[in-house]
Amino acid sequence: MEAKEVYLKLETQFPGQVGDFKGDVPEPYCSVSPEGIVAVCRFLRDDSNCKFEVLSDLTALDWPKEEKIQVVYHLYSYSNKAQIVLKVDLPRDHPTVPTLEGVWKVANWFEREVFDLFGVIFEGHSDLRRIMLPEDWVGYPLRKDYVEQEEYDGISTQRAPLVEKLLR
Amino acid sequence: MKPLINSLPETVFTTKVDDLLNWGRASSQWYMLFGLACCAIELMQTGGPRADLDRFGAVPRATPRQSDLMIVAGTLTYKMAKRTKLLYDQMPDPKYVISMGSCSNCGGLFQLAYSVCKGVDKIIPVDVYVPGCPPRPEALTEGLLRIQDKMMRERWLVKSPRLGNGAEA
Repeated sequence: MEAKEVYLKLETQFPGQVGDFKGDVPEPYCSVSPEGIVAVCRFLRDDSNCKFEVLSDLTALDWPKEEKIQVVYHLYSYSNKAQIVLKVDLPRDHPTVPTLEGVWKVANWFEREVFDLFGVIFEGHSDLRRIMLPEDWVGYPLRKDYVEQEEYDGISTQRAPLVEKLLR
Repeated sequence: MKPLINSLPETVFTTKVDDLLNWGRASSQWYMLFGLACCAIELMQTGGPRADLDRFGAVPRATPRQSDLMIVAGTLTYKMAKRTKLLYDQMPDPKYVISMGSCSNCGGLFQLAYSVCKGVDKIIPVDVYVPGCPPRPEALTEGLLRIQDKMMRERWLVKSPRLGNGAEA
């Protein structure tokens, strides 16, 4: 099943929830509204033609100029050897999206990672805490406006003078 | 049978107790397995048959309680830094640290990252820095020999700051 067909199917199934399809790229994508993401994903997984069994990746992008954080879902179908990418735009000051844990269990760790590095809140997540950074870490490091702390746990984050010079 | 006195010059030698103690310590440095990243592969090579750290009496131990030497091999993150400090504190005195490779010297290639500690010397005292990314086994062996030199200079029986008493170090 081509990505275009998948998109057309989604459009008839979820009018107003999906849009911005782009098919002439190596990984075709479309955007989905935050409210509709769980229903869309469940449909894509269960529909007998789509059969996207796997959530192969879940990550995020930070767009400070557009004031948004974009959560990206990569879905893969082993049956049809097809892939589709879903993007959800969230407001940057309070990014909140429903969790996909009920659709694919693997979303648990993916979402914890996105929460860890971008600070996206996944509503309904069973265990939303940092997965890689220490629990007492301040800030979300992959956001573009992340400012490094002066020290972590009493360890200075100062670099060698030459490196500090190059950074400026 | 020859009298015993005649065989003494050939089988007995005299030395200072300090030197004997130091010789014993320097010839049996048990290093802790502390591979954090790719340097660990080179550390394994150094322990392997070609470079053969064993010939200096250095053997790997899997616990800090039995180790004299910590070879920090690899990128140290802040999350690991806490654990490193703990492991160092668990080692019995006298203890020594080799910082192996650019990452543990100063953060190296990854020092611009938010999560990487800018050198292991920010948390524990380091005796020998081995540069390289990663250092070759020859370089690490040289580092071990420098530790041996340091051990041989220490004095334990006469407490004198001038001689660099080991107990104060």
